[in-house]
Amino acid sequence: MTTYYTKDHEWVRIEGDVATVGISEHAQAQLGDVVFVELPAVGKQVSQGDQAAVVESVKAASELYAPIGGEVIEGNTELEDNPSLVNEEAEGKGWFFRLRVRDPGEAAGLMDSGAYQAYLETLD
Amino acid sequence: MRTHPTEGDGKHLAGCAPEALRFGTEGAGPASPLAASQQQREVRPLSELKRTPLHDLHRELGARLVPFAGWEMPVQYPAGILAEHQHCRNAAALFDVSHMGQVRLDGPDAATALERLVPADVASLAPGRARYTQLTDGAGGILDDLIVSNAGDHLFLVVNAGCRDADIDHMRTALEPAVQVRELADRALVALQGPMAATVLARLAPPCADLPFMGTAEMAVEGIPCRVSRLGYTGEDGYEISVAADEAVRLAKALLAHAEVEPAGLGARDSLRLEAGLPLHGHDIDATTTPVEAGLAWSIQKRRRQEGGFAGAETILRQLAEGPARRLVGLRPEGRAPAREGTEIQEPGGGRTVGKVTSGGFGPSVGGPVAMGYVETPCAEPGTELSLLVRGKPLPAKVAALPFVPRRYHR
Repeated sequence: MTTYYTKDHEWVRIEGDVATVGISEHAQAQLGDVVFVELPAVGKQVSQGDQAAVVESVKAASELYAPIGGEVIEGNTELEDNPSLVNEEAEGKGWFFRLRVRDPGEAAGLMDSGAYQAYLETLD
Repeated sequence: MRTHPTEGDGKHLAGCAPEALRFGTEGAGPASPLAASQQQREVRPLSELKRTPLHDLHRELGARLVPFAGWEMPVQYPAGILAEHQHCRNAAALFDVSHMGQVRLDGPDAATALERLVPADVASLAPGRARYTQLTDGAGGILDDLIVSNAGDHLFLVVNAGCRDADIDHMRTALEPAVQVRELADRALVALQGPMAATVLARLAPPCADLPFMGTAEMAVEGIPCRVSRLGYTGEDGYEISVAADEAVRLAKALLAHAEVEPAGLGARDSLRLEAGLPLHGHDIDATTTPVEAGLAWSIQKRRRQEGGFAGAETILRQLAEGPARRLVGLRPEGRAPAREGTEIQEPGGGRTVGKVTSGGFGPSVGGPVAMGYVETPCAEPGTELSLLVRGKPLPAKVAALPFVPRRYHR
């Protein structure tokens, strides 16, 4: 099971036809204390690159874009009461939502962990 | 993920860049292509940004430095904004506010002369006392807000960073040559704020314990000559300490050496002042708003109301007599979603627009979202139900009395 990353700092982990989506450890560190997360409704169809969720830290609002297209099958409702999970474990318990993937081929344009780390180094 | 551009960028006043807390798009946000392009558009190259005398200390402390009103300033330290905010409410926080302008006015009639530009009673200000006021324009708009202190043989002013050059030009034009206007560019300013600020500072400067709220005096702090004023921008007891630039690091380190004191950045300063219901120039107040609309009528003393004689007096006195058409109010959105600056305020259920949010975010001590904004006066009563249009959806909210968190000044 591989985790893929986007240049906008989302991650996606695909198991079978289910993709779990969140924001990267780097993104949570940049955002600072997360105070609010707005999740997409279950059943919503999203295309790759669509705005799918909102994450707000004390200082800024940010949008999360779907790294891959599909139907939303589950939101991490724990984030509604405890948004700081995103800071505690951005790439684990702080996941945002799960999708039923339409086209696994869309993952081909994403970065694996090594490529993402190399990409982060170009940002500094 | 892309950081959302903060709204309200279109309202910058010529020559008076607001104390904009736009760090979401100015380098603290994720380094997305969008954020990066905004950064280039909004902000001068880092090399052109001014640095305070505490710049290297901020680095040592692990601060995240961001461009702010032409200065490179710490937005937060490794503890993070929430922890820094709570530390200020529970113990004591040290802020570098050296980007703010320090100005002295000299001349036998400086107080009377300054009264032409501000609606406060400056002439009756006793030596050793400070007062909050505003520089107003001819229409009653707020060019800047400031603290004026009677320093005995001169007046000592602290103005906002984004306005300092414009303020100084304005005062020079209006007051010289009878009054000398001098910027104290060789001085730093730090704020020690929180319920333990007085205990800590008294160890280094025992006379500070005797200062009343809004009192100011020159005193040695750890042997360093300072001007210490008992006031601040957090809603807590505390002090602002003006010090020679070349002694600033020694002073800051002496304060940070105490276990109760932690450094705090502009992020916490913003959430603290918002909870305390204190307006931010360039956001909650500017040249398009008057002191009366902004709920600052308390800062216009009786004699000035009777005599007028200040810029914008016609409008301001009329609004005092008749009431303003709109008022700055507190807003408590239901749920957890913050309503940011620029959010439209509507009648309940998404009806007619009655105003706009001017500051909004998460209140760490409140434990939920808080905002301030202008609404039409009939909607300004605490408890009034309104809607905030957040990302296209009407979010229920109620008008709340300010401050959101009780102020705990030393009385």
